[in-house]
Amino acid sequence: MSPERLEVKKTYKLLINGAFPRSESGRSYEVATARGAFLANVAQGSRKDVRDAVVAARAAQAVWWAQSAFNRGQVLYRLAEMAESRRDELAEHVAHAEGRRRPSAQLSVSRAIDRLVWYAGWTDKVAQVLGGANPVAGPYFNFSLPVPSGVVGVVAEQDSSLEAFVEAVFAPIVVGNAVVVIASEQRPTPAVLLGEMTATADFPDGVLNIVTGFTGELAPTLAAHEDVDGLDLAGVDETFADELALVAAGSIKRVLRPGRGDALARLRAFVETSTVWHTIGQ
Amino acid sequence: MGDLSDSRLGAMAYDPAPESRAVVAFQDAYGLFIDGAFTNPSSHESFVTTNPATEEVLAHVALASIADVDTAVLAARRAYETTWSKVSGAQRSKYLFRIARLIQERSREFAVAETLDNGKPIRESRDIDVPLAAAHFFYYAGWADKLEFAGFGANPHPLGVAGQIIPWNFPLLMAAWKLAPALAAGNTCVLKPAETTPLTALLLAEVLQQAELPPGVVNIITGDGTTGSALVDHPGVDKIAFTGSTDVGRLIQQRVALSRKHLTLELGGKGANIVFDDAPIDEMIEGIIDGIFFNQGHVCCAGSRLLVQESVADDVLRRLVRRVDQLRVGDPMDKNTDVGAINSAAQLEKITELTAYGEREGATRYTSTCVLPDRGYWFAPTIFADVAQSHRIAREEIFGPVLSVLTFRTPEEAVAKANNTTYGLACGVWSEKGSRTLWVAQRLRAGVIWANTYNRFDPASPFGGVRESGFGREGGRHGLEAYLDVT
Repeated sequence: MSPERLEVKKTYKLLINGAFPRSESGRSYEVATARGAFLANVAQGSRKDVRDAVVAARAAQAVWWAQSAFNRGQVLYRLAEMAESRRDELAEHVAHAEGRRRPSAQLSVSRAIDRLVWYAGWTDKVAQVLGGANPVAGPYFNFSLPVPSGVVGVVAEQDSSLEAFVEAVFAPIVVGNAVVVIASEQRPTPAVLLGEMTATADFPDGVLNIVTGFTGELAPTLAAHEDVDGLDLAGVDETFADELALVAAGSIKRVLRPGRGDALARLRAFVETSTVWHTIGQ
Repeated sequence: MGDLSDSRLGAMAYDPAPESRAVVAFQDAYGLFIDGAFTNPSSHESFVTTNPATEEVLAHVALASIADVDTAVLAARRAYETTWSKVSGAQRSKYLFRIARLIQERSREFAVAETLDNGKPIRESRDIDVPLAAAHFFYYAGWADKLEFAGFGANPHPLGVAGQIIPWNFPLLMAAWKLAPALAAGNTCVLKPAETTPLTALLLAEVLQQAELPPGVVNIITGDGTTGSALVDHPGVDKIAFTGSTDVGRLIQQRVALSRKHLTLELGGKGANIVFDDAPIDEMIEGIIDGIFFNQGHVCCAGSRLLVQESVADDVLRRLVRRVDQLRVGDPMDKNTDVGAINSAAQLEKITELTAYGEREGATRYTSTCVLPDRGYWFAPTIFADVAQSHRIAREEIFGPVLSVLTFRTPEEAVAKANNTTYGLACGVWSEKGSRTLWVAQRLRAGVIWANTYNRFDPASPFGGVRESGFGREGGRHGLEAYLDVT
């Protein structure tokens, strides 16, 4: 018996440079709910998609970093607003993806949104906490500031589809990086949904790029890419992390290993200390 | 101003003013400094270290084998567990203050030893290397009992045993940059000096004995690449700190990736020194000269790419060529010497090869007409004009007294060219317009930016690179992070 109204199902696509393409490869893969029911055909991103995303991120990073810290905070807070108004939808996705009951999923979504709010307040404080003036012996004003590493690749955690995703992906963005993230392979839909919300949060195109697909296929490309400055390996096991860290060493990337670091360590992981000496004289 | 092409000093030539080497008495042979005492290497193998200005043998130095590295690491581990981790921050602080004072007391000896072993002018080892090394210990002495206020949590922990590998360009200073923050944070150390410049580290071992630093807290093992490699691979080491080339740094990062040790890397550079048309001309010329010819250009942060605004390029080049001819090149022990000896035959060969490429690829070469000594390793200060970004001398680190000159028209172009490198250690900006220097500084991808100065160092100022110049900082509060378990 057919239902009274047939639900309109969504196509889950990639987020690259502010647009929502299917994979350039034309491939998709089936993801199921935690209980095994068909959930969606998700775009199966290719290595080329990852490379396109890195190109977009590189260009976007300069634009993002050129904005004022205040403005970056506004954009992040705006994303929290967008997510708040669609909490139920996010919770439904998290519940399906992670096999949680609804109240538990809602709690997880709340924590993810609250983390965004927390991050929003960090944008204009990181420089004061991590930087400062250095009292050198000589006629110089010398100061150190935390500046973004540039383009950061994130391999998102596999189990926590939204909370850990937000934690890992927005930490580098807070401090001025652009991100290319490989979403959880089997639980990608909450991340895709959040990506759609960034489109109405005034992020410059390309600051956040989300590639769904097979982690084992995509992560080595991200780790090896010479225009990626940092790599967060949240979503891979220790053995694969070793392999990717080895590849990342080829271009002296900053690598954050799984399980390392608290929230502040994440903010510190992909900043560089830039020190300026300026002469003092009459 | 007279004829600029007539640049030889003539009647203004300086008489020799040699520093006495009597203040230093090297031993014929040095052992490895392990567990507080000098010991013979297990293999009884040694190598010689020479004065690069004369090729004279200065001393025989022990070659640490894999077994010796193991002994040193075990000594450091034992010292960490039984002594150093139980010593209060206030006590550690006092040891570091002692070391700083002892370096000051023996500063003349250190300066002469450094110049003999490295080839750098005595003026630089006396006025820069040694005082800065002492200042570094002073600075971090003060941190040892204040770590909980350093912004790394309420109870920051040391990492354990630090393996530290340092280069030959600032031997004592690099030892200080590595040891001082590591000890202040509560780690024990195994330090591996460079193969061609081990002597001041061994003198420092004597200082550590005089300071009564507990045995095993610092171990100094001399050797070659195999020694460093064994240290990197040793499972008893918790952290590797390396200063050296990007190629070796890459290999170390690959090795450490699998062992999951903590790692900081201070690697190569191809620093851009950006000169705008309104820059104060005399200071700027001196800054460019100091930026590239300081320490024979054996400086990872050297301003080896001069980016000069097109409108003043001819004038700047003319003045530089004249100034280069006035540099006094020769005996490093002479107090008037500006440019000393190249550190080794191997480095001289590399510089010679890359500069030959410079000519082959079409750059215009100006070489100082200075007379070079007959013995030792020497390279006359050289400037290349008409350099394109694709030339090897604009892309690769020469690590010698060679300047590549490129031009630009707009600030945007200057920034784009400065950042057109895989490195990111240091840059300079010269302009009287403060807003412009800061605008440029904001856009340069580099760890250190000098505005209207170059090659300035201070223990309170974080130093280190971005991109393929490495990661981690040395100096300042930030330098503590490299030796604390904060990630």
